[in-house]
Amino acid sequence: MPKLIKNGRVIDDAAQFLVLDEGQGPEALTLPDGPLFVPLAVWQAHRGALSGRAGLGVWLDSNENVEELDGNLDSISAIALNFPKFTDGRAYSAAALLRSRYGFKGEIRAIGEVLRDQFFFMQRCGFDAIQPKAGKYSDTQLEEALTSLKDFSTPYQAAIDQPEPLFRRVPRAA
Amino acid sequence: MYRYDPYDQKIVDERVAQFRDQTRRYLAGELTDDEFRPLRLQNGLYIQRHAPMLRIAVPYGLLSSTQVRKLAHIARSYDKGYAHITTRQNVQFNWPELKVVPEILGELAQVQMHAIQTSGACIRNITSDPFAGVAGDEYLDPRPWCEVLRQWSTFHPEFAFLPRKFKIAVNGAEQDRAVIQCHDIGLELKRNAAGEIGFRVLVGGGMGRTPIIGEEISDFVPWQHIITYNEAILRVYNRYGRRDNLYKARIKILVKALGVAEFKRQVEEEWAFGKDGANTLTEAEVARVAAHFTTPAYETLPGEDAGYAGQRAANTAFAAWARRNVLAHKVPGYAIVVLSLKNPTTAPGDITAEQLDLVAEWADAYSFGEVRATHEQNLVLADVKQADLFALWEKARATGLATPTFGLLTDIICCPGGDFCALANAKSIPIANAIQARFDDLDYLYDIGDIELNISGCMNSCGHHHVGHIGILGVDKNGEEWYQVSLGGSQGNDTSIGKVIGRSFAAAEMPDVISKIIDVYRAQRQNGERFIDTVRRTGLDPFKLGVYGEAALKERKQHA
Repeated sequence: MPKLIKNGRVIDDAAQFLVLDEGQGPEALTLPDGPLFVPLAVWQAHRGALSGRAGLGVWLDSNENVEELDGNLDSISAIALNFPKFTDGRAYSAAALLRSRYGFKGEIRAIGEVLRDQFFFMQRCGFDAIQPKAGKYSDTQLEEALTSLKDFSTPYQAAIDQPEPLFRRVPRAA
Repeated sequence: MYRYDPYDQKIVDERVAQFRDQTRRYLAGELTDDEFRPLRLQNGLYIQRHAPMLRIAVPYGLLSSTQVRKLAHIARSYDKGYAHITTRQNVQFNWPELKVVPEILGELAQVQMHAIQTSGACIRNITSDPFAGVAGDEYLDPRPWCEVLRQWSTFHPEFAFLPRKFKIAVNGAEQDRAVIQCHDIGLELKRNAAGEIGFRVLVGGGMGRTPIIGEEISDFVPWQHIITYNEAILRVYNRYGRRDNLYKARIKILVKALGVAEFKRQVEEEWAFGKDGANTLTEAEVARVAAHFTTPAYETLPGEDAGYAGQRAANTAFAAWARRNVLAHKVPGYAIVVLSLKNPTTAPGDITAEQLDLVAEWADAYSFGEVRATHEQNLVLADVKQADLFALWEKARATGLATPTFGLLTDIICCPGGDFCALANAKSIPIANAIQARFDDLDYLYDIGDIELNISGCMNSCGHHHVGHIGILGVDKNGEEWYQVSLGGSQGNDTSIGKVIGRSFAAAEMPDVISKIIDVYRAQRQNGERFIDTVRRTGLDPFKLGVYGEAALKERKQHA
């Protein structure tokens, strides 16, 4: 079963990701049973039918704006944000916006080219689930990679995980 | 200057540990080249022609003598005995071995230094006025604000993978000495009509392939909000900056595409959410940081030291140095000293380990233990008593650090170029040295007067050629190195981008080309005007004529 880092621990995860083939429209679809992430286009096309489905996740690519989900977040239990390349940093802003501006309380999962040296930044921006590509890390490597979540113990800036900057959190002597 | 508290130290120590592990995993084959690249770049580590190059951060150009001694030690122990001052006030080592880089970072951490975000698509080292705190025309000291912004930008989780690199500069004086108009964000620290402190904010300036002068998006952001305002700019850029084309990924392209009015609207809309949030600065935090930049214990001295005047009268070489490299200080009896790294026999900006040790010694003896690096690739002792100038000059001269040419034709800004840099199209150091050799007559240089000649070995323009009064750009033509010349660029308050004068030249032609340009200036000069003023008054035509000759110009026109 695919592995997932959730709240700082490695767990098994059964969720499936629906990916549209190139040229495939979101209209006619049979959705598999079980935990599922659908692309934004599918969710938009089938919002009514999908909103009752338990454990529904929507996944966004890095060029898709989280604003597209605004107002409908209550019917979504998880949002996955794709990193098509690990150097594409748009999802950091997307996650931060979902948590801070849109108050999303469900799971935010990092998918795609997800590398352990990004874990720290991801966690700070509000990702609580991190899913490297299948085969990217062995089980042992993934366990080892958990240490990357703790690369820095006292960051300077306010972010999602630590909503106050250092200068408000602690007294710093001149 | 700013001294780390245990929090700052911990972050730097944890960085060393993190990079040590990243390097270990890379060497063990657990990280691919592509995966390791951004990690090492965000630690200033490039793979160059001969060896890795390590760029060390010198936040806003400030160094303590202890740090300078550590740089000397690193140059000796891990490099070939010298260091290079960059055009962003940083320090580069050209020869470290990859596997010892974590060790070097460990040594740097002992003296509160690091290489964090000196490269990569992130917020880079923040640059500022090398005369901060001592210049007479200063409104407000930019250094505390630079430090506040340094801490905010260090490992900012949202902006570690921007579309492209991001450079911020802060200036707080009447004269811009930080090139704020050519930065992704340029901040002018000032007071508004009500006397409140804040920043004029410029955005979208930059050099590189598409040189653009930054545009104002706010004439006054109150100091409390400068972090949240910067975050709004960065968030808009991170979300909407182009990522499909490396050459169009800088914020300047986004600002141009949207128009500054629309970009401003988007920033202000974003800012409405972040404004007054947790990242709003507090008086206590600014006071804490500012307390590190207090006025040193200056003595009460007469404005003109009698001995200094006598020494200048008695020694023409000293007088020449004092005339160019000694600048007015805001405190009576003190002076700002530029230690020139433009000795014609070495690469511009290079300094040996022995010289670094001596500079540290002079800093302790004469300048409250501090040294500054300038983007023009010189070092500065900012607080020297006039009475000490002669002794300092004698020592500096003995070791080749008293070239009396600050601000003259041979005070060349020059990137490492094709001798070191893997990106370069052409060498730049030999061109600089050839021009310095041609113009070795001080009287002649003084007659030419204030002028800026900048050389870049490629379009990335680390040598700031776009804003040189004379700019030289190395270009590749069918595998050969050629040099394109532009005139009319300028940094500072009247920043302008130079214009190319015509066909490019072979390396061997360059000293002659510069001689011809200078001849035209001296023939055209009116009332002692500066070179740049002549170029602006006459336009390029007389210079083209002087360089290419009438026949060549006519032929070009016919072909055009």
